[in-house]
Amino acid sequence: MNGRPQPLVVGAGPAGIRAAQALVAAGLRPLVVDEAPACGGQIYRQRLVPDERSARALYGSEAEKAQALHRDFAALDGRIDYWPQALLWNLRDGIADIAVGRANRRVAYDGLVLATGAADRVLPIPGWTLPGVFTLGGAQIALKAQGCAIGSRVVFMGSGPLLYLVAWQYLKAGVDVAAVLDTAPFQAKLNLLRGLHLAPMVVLRGLRFTAELRLRGVALHYGVEDVRIEGQERVAAVAWRQGGREKRVACDGIGYGLALRSETQLADLAGCAFCFDKRDRAWLPQRDAAGRTSVAGVYLAGDGAGIAGADAAERAGERAALALIEDRGLPHRRERAAALERELSRIGRFRELLETAFPFPAHWVAGLSDETMLCRCEEISVGEVRRAIGQFDIGEINRLKAVSRIGMGRCQGRICSSAAAELLSVETKRDLDTVGRLRAQAPVKPIPLVLVPADLPREAAE
Amino acid sequence: MSRRLDVDVAIIGGGLVGSSAALALRGMGMSVALLDRGYCGAQASGVNYGGVRRQARPREQLPLSQRAHAVWPRLTGLIGIDGEFMRSGHLKLARSAADMASLEAYALSVADQGLGLELIGHNDLRERYPWIGGDIVGGSLCAGDGHANPRLVSAGFASAARRAGAHVLENTAVTAAIRNGAGFALEAGDGLVVNAGMVINSAGAWAGAFAEAFGEPVPLTRIYPTMVVTEPLAPIMTVNTGMEGGGIYARQVERGNCVVGGERGLPLVDPDYSRPRGEGALSIINRAAELFPGLRHAHAIRFWTGTEASMPDHNPVIGASGTTPGLFHAFGFSGAGFQIAPGVGEVLAELVRDGTTTTPIEAFSITRFDQRREPLSSNHRTADGSRADPDPEPHHRGVLS
Ligand SMILES: Cc1cc2nc3c(=O)[nH]c(=O)nc-3n(C[C@H](O)[C@H](O)[C@H](O)COP(=O)(O)OP(=O)(O)OC[C@H]3O[C@@H](n4cnc5c(N)ncnc54)[C@H](O)[C@@H]3O)c2cc1C
Ligand SMILES: Cc1cc2nc3c(=O)[nH]c(=O)nc-3n(C[C@H](O)[C@H](O)[C@H](O)COP(=O)(O)OP(=O)(O)OC[C@H]3O[C@@H](n4cnc5c(N)ncnc54)[C@H](O)[C@@H]3O)c2cc1C
Repeated sequence: MNGRPQPLVVGAGPAGIRAAQALVAAGLRPLVVDEAPACGGQIYRQRLVPDERSARALYGSEAEKAQALHRDFAALDGRIDYWPQALLWNLRDGIADIAVGRANRRVAYDGLVLATGAADRVLPIPGWTLPGVFTLGGAQIALKAQGCAIGSRVVFMGSGPLLYLVAWQYLKAGVDVAAVLDTAPFQAKLNLLRGLHLAPMVVLRGLRFTAELRLRGVALHYGVEDVRIEGQERVAAVAWRQGGREKRVACDGIGYGLALRSETQLADLAGCAFCFDKRDRAWLPQRDAAGRTSVAGVYLAGDGAGIAGADAAERAGERAALALIEDRGLPHRRERAAALERELSRIGRFRELLETAFPFPAHWVAGLSDETMLCRCEEISVGEVRRAIGQFDIGEINRLKAVSRIGMGRCQGRICSSAAAELLSVETKRDLDTVGRLRAQAPVKPIPLVLVPADLPREAAE
Repeated sequence: MSRRLDVDVAIIGGGLVGSSAALALRGMGMSVALLDRGYCGAQASGVNYGGVRRQARPREQLPLSQRAHAVWPRLTGLIGIDGEFMRSGHLKLARSAADMASLEAYALSVADQGLGLELIGHNDLRERYPWIGGDIVGGSLCAGDGHANPRLVSAGFASAARRAGAHVLENTAVTAAIRNGAGFALEAGDGLVVNAGMVINSAGAWAGAFAEAFGEPVPLTRIYPTMVVTEPLAPIMTVNTGMEGGGIYARQVERGNCVVGGERGLPLVDPDYSRPRGEGALSIINRAAELFPGLRHAHAIRFWTGTEASMPDHNPVIGASGTTPGLFHAFGFSGAGFQIAPGVGEVLAELVRDGTTTTPIEAFSITRFDQRREPLSSNHRTADGSRADPDPEPHHRGVLS
């Protein structure tokens, strides 16, 4: 391939798979890396060990999409290089460091598609670190990948479309769902109806989930406040306030999440410019409709560039690859690109509505008690963070990290940084966008100290 | 929008040097403006390795280093926090007989300075520090040295200065400094004019521009040491360790994380920012796993670098300007300014108040670069500073041999 290094695609979820496919169609041979043992990403994650469950049982209404993606990726075999269980931990000067087991591979790339996806967003609440509490995504992974449930009597709570989806998936799997607690009032859900013309299938599917949950006797509570998870050794119950009344339900497992947060560390290490996104309440890498970033040759696709869901991720992956192909001077499929952008824009408008149906409970932050754990890696409480803000007169999130250790632990702030930014904003009465964003640092996830430089396999070195 | 501020002393740069000077000056009752282009303590002072070490410094730095040594155990009284300062001891290891001989020569040459160095042979070392592996022939222990948390200490000095009444102005870069009739006029930030009787240039890696503006250019370059930190581990390391000849230094903090250095990073496109190189970070972690068997199954969770000013003779510039009355410099600490900074702050305050100091600092005069005819590099040119070679734990023994 005329001596140029191959393009690198990070992530083999819906976005990464479609990107790789488009690159291959244009005659390129990309290297695809993913931490996971198999392709599919979050939503179309595959089982660790094959079992008797059908695709229908695993992926529900999305089974066909899941099968198509898995099949199309398998068909790329021999025309791409694919490294599963490979963690890309550093990017600099056109070189990627990739840990595969205890070997480190350094790869020069020409064209980088970041399709790194998203993770659950949470706000700390009392008891959220008790054993038995999972994120909504984590609860789903347990079911999908391992085929086990997080408890025998489970409560799902929070906000975002995953809330009802996962509750429904557990119900279908025969688990006793004790209740669903939604942080938003019921009226907020009516906003979804305005989205019927934009994404009828999605809205109808959502209505079906709630209808089936109700039908099977699952209590749905809206507008919950002051939520507390109770238990000594592990989760025993959850208590909350609703319309001025105290409520409580016993359970042994909780799935909790407040929609999703984009994984943007690699875009940061790649040097991409960021801007604040009001809708996602987060700093996101800048990109145009095609997925081009501020750095030439670096492209973004999927939930890693702002939350838009799996259907958008597939289209954005292909669109970003078309941009890479065009920028590389290869024949450009202009009409296909325009069609993809139109669909992305339609999904984007629906996303705005979803946000009004599943708003983030920002008002919870002011009421957080000092004892509540904010950072679980470093065991830092809300009170400790409040004191550090006062003692050092802090108004910026990286300074807060320096003096409080928030974001310094194993997860590098992946779990606590959005909550920390919300807290800093409330405590200092500054707008969220003015408290800044945590700068990413390598390694984006922990790497073993014994990590031996490895020669590249021949086919990847070309 | 134009604002005016009149003070006795304006300090350019709120690193540990500028902040400790500000606090000392407030203690003398002088009015102070502490100006930083970013956040106080966010540059070298807040991101360094945290070594609080006198051992291995050149002889001429030891009186100043001893003065600082007296400050470290008093941090709680001074700034309200102990900065996680631990008097763990500092152990310099020797890989070869030649390295051991040079540790011995150093110990002999500074015997009158009160460091209390203890030379330790191979067997003794194995017995006392069983967690150190590798081929080590011996070491030199300075029991009074230790380590501290730079993030807390540096921010702590700036906050204490603010509480003591200093005008601490962050995100306020000094863009021009001129000498006028009565003293100095500084332009800073968004339309601020600071009038000051005296000025301290403690702008770290950015200090060269100010020296040059006052007609005394200096051969300052930049270095970017790389740091690695592990996840928290059970207690392993009982002292802060370094290696004669360089390549690795390591300490373990109370909550269990091990901090390891020993390589240099490279600047990004904007030379004010730097980041570790992948292979540099890899070398450090592999060396650490080799020297400390207890780390073999650990994970590294974060890498970083900082931007540091370095001088060709590895000594800082401290003292009065050679061209401009009322101007004092304190920069160019060449990778080893954390430990001595609290002493430098006191010395600067004395210089401002009395014109002299009780601590010998002649060796650090900016005028030492006058006679030399080496090519000068502006501080915005980082080519020299961006050498990406193994980073010795800063040590300065050239003067001894
Ligand atoms: C746990 C979880 C469950 C979800 N479940 C659903 C669902 O059921 N229905 C739904 O509509 N949406 C779900 N979502 C939303 C989901 O993000 C999108 O629908 C969709 O998966 C986005 O596709 P993507 O390709 O952008 O990213 P993803 O599917 O998230 O794929 C990103 C991939 O990148 C890899 N990766 C990231 N960083 C690195 C790195 N540094 N090195 C190597 N590999 C890396 C990851 O391993 C992952 O496989 C879920 C999200 C999460 C977090
Ligand atoms: C990674 C690393 C590891 C190190 N390890 C050790 C160690 O273990 N032990 C040790 O003793 N030393 C160590 N050092 C060295 C030590 O950190 C420095 O020597 C010391 O912190 C220097 O302090 P400073 O105040 O001069 O500089 P800095 O902390 O860099 O402060 C200078 C300040 O000036 C500000 N400034 C710059 N330009 C302007 C302007 N125009 N207007 C206003 N403000 C301005 C900057 O924003 C900055 O805050 C290390 C350094 C690094 C980078």
